[in-house]
Amino acid sequence: MTDNKPTSGGDDVHALSGAYAVDALEPDERARFEAHLRQCADCRDEVDSLREAAAVLGADEVTPPAALRDRLLADIMAVRPLPPLPTEGPVAAPVEEAAPAPVVPLDSRRRGLSRVPLLVAAAAVLIAGVGGAILKPWADDQPGTQLTAAERVLAAEDAIRIDKHFPDGADAAVVVSRSEGRAVILTDDMAPAPEGKAYQLWLQTPAGELEPDRLMPDLRDATVLLDGDASRATGVGITVEPDGGSEQPTSDPIAFYSLDS
Amino acid sequence: MDPVQDNPIGVPLTGAPLGADASDLGSLLKRASRGDNEAFAGIYDATAARVHGLVLRVVRDPAQSEEVTQEVFLEVWRQSSRYDAERGSALAWLMTIAHRKAVDRVRSAEAASRRDETYEQRNHTPDHDTTAEAAQASMEARRVRAALAHLTEVQREAIELAYFGGYTHTEVAALLDLPVGTAKTRIRDGLIRLRDTIGVGR
Ligand SMILES: [Zn+2]
Repeated sequence: MTDNKPTSGGDDVHALSGAYAVDALEPDERARFEAHLRQCADCRDEVDSLREAAAVLGADEVTPPAALRDRLLADIMAVRPLPPLPTEGPVAAPVEEAAPAPVVPLDSRRRGLSRVPLLVAAAAVLIAGVGGAILKPWADDQPGTQLTAAERVLAAEDAIRIDKHFPDGADAAVVVSRSEGRAVILTDDMAPAPEGKAYQLWLQTPAGELEPDRLMPDLRDATVLLDGDASRATGVGITVEPDGGSEQPTSDPIAFYSLDS
Repeated sequence: MDPVQDNPIGVPLTGAPLGADASDLGSLLKRASRGDNEAFAGIYDATAARVHGLVLRVVRDPAQSEEVTQEVFLEVWRQSSRYDAERGSALAWLMTIAHRKAVDRVRSAEAASRRDETYEQRNHTPDHDTTAEAAQASMEARRVRAALAHLTEVQREAIELAYFGGYTHTEVAALLDLPVGTAKTRIRDGLIRLRDTIGVGR
């Protein structure tokens, strides 16, 4: 695997494997390399083996306080382990596959509807690739475990997934299940909103109105279940709003997912 | 590039790479993914000292390190079904999660203190002494030290700054006065040599 190793720094993306294995890439490089990893089995194998080597470096042993153990064993009772990944090709990293969906509600649940024309064109410029696909349900449902609402959406037979890829390497996918009546957004390496701003989600009603929904948590990788009724929603939008969110969009969507049905 | 020497040190460099109960950990993870909290306690007891040792070394602040270690194990619990034995040992999987969380913590703390303009040079002074001295006289630590002796000085420094310092390769290049873009190559070459010396991962 090292036979064709580049000997100079160069722009060879394969050469990023070592820095990636020890979390030493710059954010944009990390996104680029993770995209590369999905297509390059050599790099996946190399990263796995280099992580194995790096893990050996951390040989110091420091026993954490006993209270930490007690706290953890209590905490896990409130957290359900994720189901196995659906068999959908290789996974780049074991870390942060799907962060928990921290609940970041709007100041209050807003029922007010706003009439806003959809500014999809602006969003389309930002979007490099858009594709829709039917998700496979889990190969093997876990008996005896309770799925969260978000997981029920992701596992639903009728789940539709729309992926959007941003020029900075971020990915954000919307998964909607009409039967569950809910939508979930999954982000991967999404740059934080600018200081004082937040990403806000919107559900488009069949009448074409945008209904305010949750704010995205301040995490690069997040899984967020939208509050609103997605059984008949015709779209999901993301805008940048002042911290705390808005009743109606104050800017063009940075992404809009059309859920025609 | 200097040639890889024969093992000059009378310490075995190969063998069960990451602890004897590596396969055991894998089956504990499998049980944990089904909600078995006793299995999880077993994972914790077998690995908490290793994980916390790494986190503490990267994060340094004891209180923050405890938070990160707690986050790591919560993540291990949540993600337990995602561990894939074909891709590596369970301990390496855990340490990868721990390292990522620790690095995220130091970087976000750094960004926050930069915002507060209390950011100081101290964050850019690598603590070589603790890095070198902290390794305990365990067999494992001796193996690691022996393996590190096979690296060039710049490879070793680059890996330590990245792995224990939590610096990006660009920052490592600046710290070591290397041309931009060469630190990542040093890190990769060093890790490959480390891997091949210790005999893990392949
Ligand atoms: Zn590659």
